[in-house]
Amino acid sequence: MSIIYFLIGCSVIMALLFLFAFFWAQRSGQNDDLFTPSMRILLEDDHIPDPVADAAIKSLAEEKIQKAANK
Amino acid sequence: MQPEQFYYDNRIVRNFGIATVIWGIIGMTVGLIVAIQLYHPGANMHNQYTTFGRIRPLHTNAVIFAFVGNAIFMGVYYSLQRLLKARMFSDVLSNIHFWGWQLIIISAVITLPLGLTTSHEYAELEWPIDIAITIIWVVFGWNMFGTIFKRRERHLYVAIWFYIATFVTIAVLHIVNSIELPVSAFKSYMVYAGVQDALVQWWYGHNAVAFFLTTPYLGMMYYFLPKMANRPIYSYKLSILHFWALIFIYIWAGPHHLLYTTLPGWAQSLGVAFSIMLIAPSWGGMINGLLTLRGAWDKVRDDVILKFMVVGLTAYGMATFEGPMLSLKQVNGIAHFSDWIIAHVHVGALGWNGFLTFAILYWLIPRIYKTELFSKKLASFHFWAGTLGIIFYAVPMYWAGFTQSLMLKEFKPDGMLKYPNFLETTLQILPMHVMRSVGGAIYLLGVIVMAYNLFLTMKQGSLVANEAAQAMPLEPVQTVAKEASWHRTLERRPIQFMLLALVVILIGSFIELMPTLTISSNIPTIASVKPYTPLELQGRDIYIREGCSNCHSQTVRPFRSETERYGEYSKAGEFVYDHPFLWGSKRTGPDLAREGGKYGNAWHYNHLMDPRLMSPGSIMPEYFWLLNQKLDTTTTAAKIRAMRTLGVPYAAGYDKIANRDLDKQASLIAANLQTDHIKVMKDKEIIAIIAYLQRLGMDIKANKTANK
Repeated sequence: MSIIYFLIGCSVIMALLFLFAFFWAQRSGQNDDLFTPSMRILLEDDHIPDPVADAAIKSLAEEKIQKAANK
Repeated sequence: MQPEQFYYDNRIVRNFGIATVIWGIIGMTVGLIVAIQLYHPGANMHNQYTTFGRIRPLHTNAVIFAFVGNAIFMGVYYSLQRLLKARMFSDVLSNIHFWGWQLIIISAVITLPLGLTTSHEYAELEWPIDIAITIIWVVFGWNMFGTIFKRRERHLYVAIWFYIATFVTIAVLHIVNSIELPVSAFKSYMVYAGVQDALVQWWYGHNAVAFFLTTPYLGMMYYFLPKMANRPIYSYKLSILHFWALIFIYIWAGPHHLLYTTLPGWAQSLGVAFSIMLIAPSWGGMINGLLTLRGAWDKVRDDVILKFMVVGLTAYGMATFEGPMLSLKQVNGIAHFSDWIIAHVHVGALGWNGFLTFAILYWLIPRIYKTELFSKKLASFHFWAGTLGIIFYAVPMYWAGFTQSLMLKEFKPDGMLKYPNFLETTLQILPMHVMRSVGGAIYLLGVIVMAYNLFLTMKQGSLVANEAAQAMPLEPVQTVAKEASWHRTLERRPIQFMLLALVVILIGSFIELMPTLTISSNIPTIASVKPYTPLELQGRDIYIREGCSNCHSQTVRPFRSETERYGEYSKAGEFVYDHPFLWGSKRTGPDLAREGGKYGNAWHYNHLMDPRLMSPGSIMPEYFWLLNQKLDTTTTAAKIRAMRTLGVPYAAGYDKIANRDLDKQASLIAANLQTDHIKVMKDKEIIAIIAYLQRLGMDIKANKTANK
């Protein structure tokens, strides 16, 4: 069963790799804004106008900003 | 600063899309053929190259790596460019990636029916193809990271994190599970043996599900679902949270494939604990997806694409709830080796992977062809055909699984097995197998309709191969003045640094550990366990070639229902010379771990020639070609040498005289068959496989006799 130490080693290395990636993400501000990114992907040049959905996004955004401001 | 003008590469997306559809149809058609063979063995067209054991791996490889694989690359190449506001790093790499991947699939389509297989599930391809996969995977990673480095969007959207995790983990898994010692151009032996090999295989096997069928699809879900519904993901915070949780937990769930085997109990429990924990991050993804549609359910009513997404996400939720439940030992004792598992994986594959792929194709093809979908009605037909197909597939399989497993475990009041003949339980579930193939056929019909619909969509539009886009370039990060030290430079590049460190550490531990691991695994703990004779070794390779382990397990679990039926439960020490292990994962037929000496040579001869002669109603294929084909003994020496390298204690120089022993043993079996009026030349393949089957479990039996 010695192979399990090798596999644990591999898994731990991968876990450490992911951990470093997580720290990097945290430090470089990847996770500072947990709201805009979800909106940004919807805004593109070829964005097909959809007044109802756009209004919904806008009001959602305003609501969140309001919440953040209240904090 | 001026916005930069650039172009998205849509052609590569289109190419991967077409490949997805074509390989999907091929892979599913092969699946339908193998499904029919499970109640009508004649559906192998009386040809060795289309027999279950050889093309079942073709089905799994085609749907996982060809259908899902191409779909991943389609989704990644489309979303990555848009998320990073950049064209793919290199068109050359994109094309090498595309054509390389297709060539790998074609080589699988050729080699698997020929019986060139390692027998490791979902890693059947032989060593030269393994190397090709590694190279193409690196090309993919290079292209992806190259794009990440030249991005115009500082923030990496959560989908990209899923893609990165996919790349890194699959690379490590593939390499670790492909460490083989080549014997010839298309034959190799796994470096690990027995229990160790089993652990490596399922460490790989389960994580292939996790990081090939799950993480890239979650990433795609996070990009395409908000786009399709035109509303942001329910909670970006949750997506980040469940991503990190998922990738940290998944890696140790593998041992749940080996419950009740000879894997040490603590390793089994470790696998169970991690599997149970997985519910949380898995459901995090499903809930996040479904809640994205809150307040938009009226759209789901009209939009067939969203319907596919909803059913896909629901299937994901069901499969990831069922998975942890199946890893509970009590549930696993019933479900493992049965059709229940087949139902479980197909809910995931057909529902989650299939439906997400279809939704993305329906959404993306009209967009890159600047047109509308040819027919919404046909897409709607596809949706209902697909959904019904899944139900007609899964329900009979669950039913068959419960039925057969419970029958196999049933005792009479006097303490004897109620169904001592395995075949009785098989015959009981044949109607369910028929229904399952009907379900699969309906699902396939839907896919063919989709192909037609997409073809006409492409025809009515025209491909925007290079789609114009604009974005502001990234402001350069403030950097300190250049230092001379290369290491300083490296330190400022965290990703390169990490990758380099990973490679270095992996190579280091590999060199240090491998020799010890392979040799120490061969220290016999049971004195009576001896290496295979040359003839048995050749027979074992025929067993691998014919894919016998697709239907027959070689491990007796410590249940009374199994020890009564098969004999003493398996011990770890029995498998020390098994490169690779052949425990199997499904019992379509009975376990063979204690097969040796149960029947005479003549029985095996007749049974392999026509199973229905000895077991009326059996669904095993006829292996008539084994009777005619001559055993290739030119490989014996190389095989013995390879085994010696791996630590199997054959005497030095034995490779030179191995064929003499082989011949002697073959003559004995041929002579024995002669007494039963079966005339067969001693150099035929059937002699070798009979020798192997008669050896199975004999070492333990010898031990018992010796101790008496």
